Amino acid sequence: MPVEFEPIAGRYATIGLGGRPCRLFFEEAGRGIPLLCLHTAGADSRQYRHLMLDDAVTDHFRVIAFDMPWHGKSFPPPGYQDEEYRLTTDAYTEAILAVADALELDRPVLLGCSIGGRIVLNIAARHAGRFRALIGVEAADHQTPWYDAQWLHRPDVHGGEICAAMVSGLVAPQAPEVHRWETLWAYLQSGPGVFRGDLHFYREDSDYRDRTHLIDTARCPLYLLTGEYDYSCTPEDTIRTADAIPGAKVMIMPGLGHFPMSENPEAFREHILPVLDEIRVDACPG
Amino acid sequence: MTDEEVAAVFERLPALVNGDIPLVRRGRHLSTAFLIGAGDVPVLATVREGAIADVTVSPPPMRSWRFAVRAGADAWRRFWQAVPEPGYHDLLAMTRFGAARIEGDLHPLLANLRYVKEVLETPRRAGLGGGDAG
Repeated sequence: MPVEFEPIAGRYATIGLGGRPCRLFFEEAGRGIPLLCLHTAGADSRQYRHLMLDDAVTDHFRVIAFDMPWHGKSFPPPGYQDEEYRLTTDAYTEAILAVADALELDRPVLLGCSIGGRIVLNIAARHAGRFRALIGVEAADHQTPWYDAQWLHRPDVHGGEICAAMVSGLVAPQAPEVHRWETLWAYLQSGPGVFRGDLHFYREDSDYRDRTHLIDTARCPLYLLTGEYDYSCTPEDTIRTADAIPGAKVMIMPGLGHFPMSENPEAFREHILPVLDEIRVDACPG
Repeated sequence: MTDEEVAAVFERLPALVNGDIPLVRRGRHLSTAFLIGAGDVPVLATVREGAIADVTVSPPPMRSWRFAVRAGADAWRRFWQAVPEPGYHDLLAMTRFGAARIEGDLHPLLANLRYVKEVLETPRRAGLGGGDAG
C-alpha cells in the first residue's frame, strides 16, 4: 500500500522569551495569508492538523501553529526544573508576537482557542495593528472557575488522567469517537503541572473586562465562535463579551464543544470557512 | 422519571458495568463505597477493583461512604438521553451549573474520574434514560 505523506511540515527554532532561549516547535501547511493558530491550555499544535489538511483553507492561507513553551514538542525554558510553570498575559503575548516576528509574518490572521481565544482579546485591545483579523474560538473576557485546579498536579493523582477526565465533557456528544479521543490524548500526554499553569493565566491573569472597550473592530475585525456544549467558556460568556465590543461578530456553533477544530473538524469547517472567506475577500478588495 | 425509577436504574449498575471489561479494568485500583443521590432516594454503590459489587437502594442507617454524587431525578433523566442537551451531557457540566453536587472525600472520585463518570453514564449507553418528556 503506497504511503501518502501529508503536506504538514514541522521545524524548530530557538526564540528568546522572557530573557531566555526557548526551543519551540511549529508546523505549517498551505500558501497565502498567514494564519497563526494558538492551541488550548494543556494541549499542543496538533489540534490544528485538520485545518492544515483542508485544501479549502490551505489554497489561500499559510496555516501555522506552534507549541507554547512547556507544551507538545517545545521544551520548557532552561532551569524549568526548579520552577512552577505559570502562564501570564505578558508572557503569552510576548510569545505570540515573537513567533510572528521570527517567522516574518506580514500582518497574520490570529486564531486562538480557549486560552488562545482569551489572549486574542488582549491582542485585539493592545496589538491589533499587527494583525489582519482576529478569531477567538471559545473566547470570553473572563471566566468563573468551576473546579479546583490543585487537583491537576499532585503526586497521588495521575496528572494526565485527571486533566483528560476534567475536560472530557467539554467535547460535545456529537464528536466522532476518533476525534474525541485524539483531542483528549493531548491532555493525557501533557507535562506535570502544565495544564494547571495555563489555568493560572486563564483564571488569575486575564480578566479583560478592563480592556474590551479598547477593541476597535473597524481597525481589525474580530470573530468570536463558541460551541453550544462548552460549559467552560459558555455561549453566554462569549455573547456577553461580544456585547461589549461594537462590531464583533459572534457565532454559536451547534453540536460543538470546547475544541471545535480537533473534536469535530467536519462540523467546524462549516463555521470557520465562511469566516476565512470573508477575511480573504476583505484582504483583497476587488 | 421519579426518584424511585432513577434509583431502580442505578440498581442495574452491576449488570451494566461488570460485563464491560475495559471499564472494569480502568477502575481496577478503586475499591470503595460511594453514595448516589437519586433525588431524595439514596443509593449506596460498592466498588471492588472496578466491579460494582453491590448496590443498595435506601441503605440501612450508619453505612459509610467516601464520596457522594447527587442530582435530581430530572437531571439524571436528562443526563441519560442518547444525545443529552448542553449542561446535562457530563457530570462536571451538571456540577458546574448546579444540577448535581459532589461531596465527601473527593480523592477517590477525582483519581478515578474517568471511571466514575463512565459508570454513571452506562444507563445512557443502555438506553435507560426514558423518553424526552420523562
